[in-house]
Amino acid sequence: MWIYEKKLQYPVRVSTCNPMLARFLIEQYGGADGELSAALRYLNQRYSIPDKVIGLLTDIGTEEFAHLEMIATMVYKLTKDATPEQMKEAGLGDHYANHDNALFYHDAAGNPWTASYIQAKGDPIADLYEDIAAEEKARATYQWIINMSDDPFLNEGLSFLREREIVHSQRFREAVELIKDANSQKKIF
Amino acid sequence: MANKTLPDDYYQLLEEIQILDFTLVELNLYLDTHPDDLEAIKQFNTYTRKAKELRQQFEERFGPLMHFGHSYSTHPWAWNEPPWPWQV
Amino acid sequence: MENFMINNTMNNANVMQQSTRKSYEPFVGRYDPCKPITVKYYETPPQLYLGFQPPGLEQFPPPEALKRGTLWPALYAPYSNPYETP
Repeated sequence: MWIYEKKLQYPVRVSTCNPMLARFLIEQYGGADGELSAALRYLNQRYSIPDKVIGLLTDIGTEEFAHLEMIATMVYKLTKDATPEQMKEAGLGDHYANHDNALFYHDAAGNPWTASYIQAKGDPIADLYEDIAAEEKARATYQWIINMSDDPFLNEGLSFLREREIVHSQRFREAVELIKDANSQKKIF
Repeated sequence: MANKTLPDDYYQLLEEIQILDFTLVELNLYLDTHPDDLEAIKQFNTYTRKAKELRQQFEERFGPLMHFGHSYSTHPWAWNEPPWPWQV
Repeated sequence: MENFMINNTMNNANVMQQSTRKSYEPFVGRYDPCKPITVKYYETPPQLYLGFQPPGLEQFPPPEALKRGTLWPALYAPYSNPYETP
C-alpha cells in the first residue's frame, strides 16, 4: 500500500505566471519519458524481477510519484489564474478548449499518455537497461526545458529533478551489476 | 481560510523536514544496492529518528502530514484543512 | 567482478579529470539555411564513469544535498544551457 504525505519532496517555486513554460513542462507530466511513465514502469516491472532489486524499483518508482507531484505543482503555479487570453497566447488554446486550466496526462505536443511508452519484458537485463535509458532520456528532456526557460526559481527545481535522473541511473547501473554477478556479490568490496 | 497566509516558520520547519527526508531518500537508494554498508545503515537510523522528531513538531503546529493512522487528528478532522502541497 | 573493481578504481581517477560536457564540430553544408552552430555539446555525467559506488564516499551536508539534488559530490553534475550568449 502507499501512504500520502502532505508535503513536496523539494520546495518548488516559480517566478512569474508563464503558461508557455507550463506547456513545455507538461512533457515531463504525461510524455513518453516523463515522471508518470517512470513511476508506472518501475512499479510494474518489480513483480517479475529478482528479489534483490525489487526494493530499488519500489523506492525509485515511489520517488517518481513525488517528482510527478513537483511537475504538477510547477504547471499549477505557472498557469494559476491565467486568463483564457493568456492561455491562448501561450499556445494553450487547444488545451483550454478541452480542459480549462486543468492538468491532463499528455505531452508538450498534446499526445495523450499511453502504456506503449513503457515496457515490462520479464527479462531483468532488458528491463533494467530500459530503466537506465529512461533516466538518461528524462535527463535530456530536463536539459532542453532548462535551455528554453528564463525562470530562475523554476530552473532550481528543474535542476534538482535532472540531478535525480543521474542518481537513479547510477543505482540502476548498480542493479545490473548485482544481477550479473548474483552469486559472488560479496566480492564487490 | 482562502486568504489565510502561512507564517514564516511553516516554510522553515517544512524545509527542515524536506532536508532530512532527502538525505534519507539518498541513503535509502544507496542501501538498496549496498545492503552491507553498516556505517550508512547507522546514519540512516540516526536521520530517521531526527526526522520523526521534526515531523512531530511540525504536526503539533500545522496539522497532520500523513493520513491512514500515521498522524493524529484534532477536532474537527484536520486532514481536510488546506494548504495542500501545491498551494503553498 | 574483479575486473569490475579494477575498472572502478581507474574510473574514479577519471571522474576527477573528466569534464561532464563534450563537444564535436558538425559538418557545415554550403546550402544550410540557418546560421551554422559550429560546435555542438552533449553531457557525459558522472554515472557513466563511477562504476559500482564505493562505500564511504564524501557527502554533502543535508541542506546542500537537497539544494543540489544528491547527497554525493561524486554524482553531482550541474547543467546550464551551453548555447547561451552571456
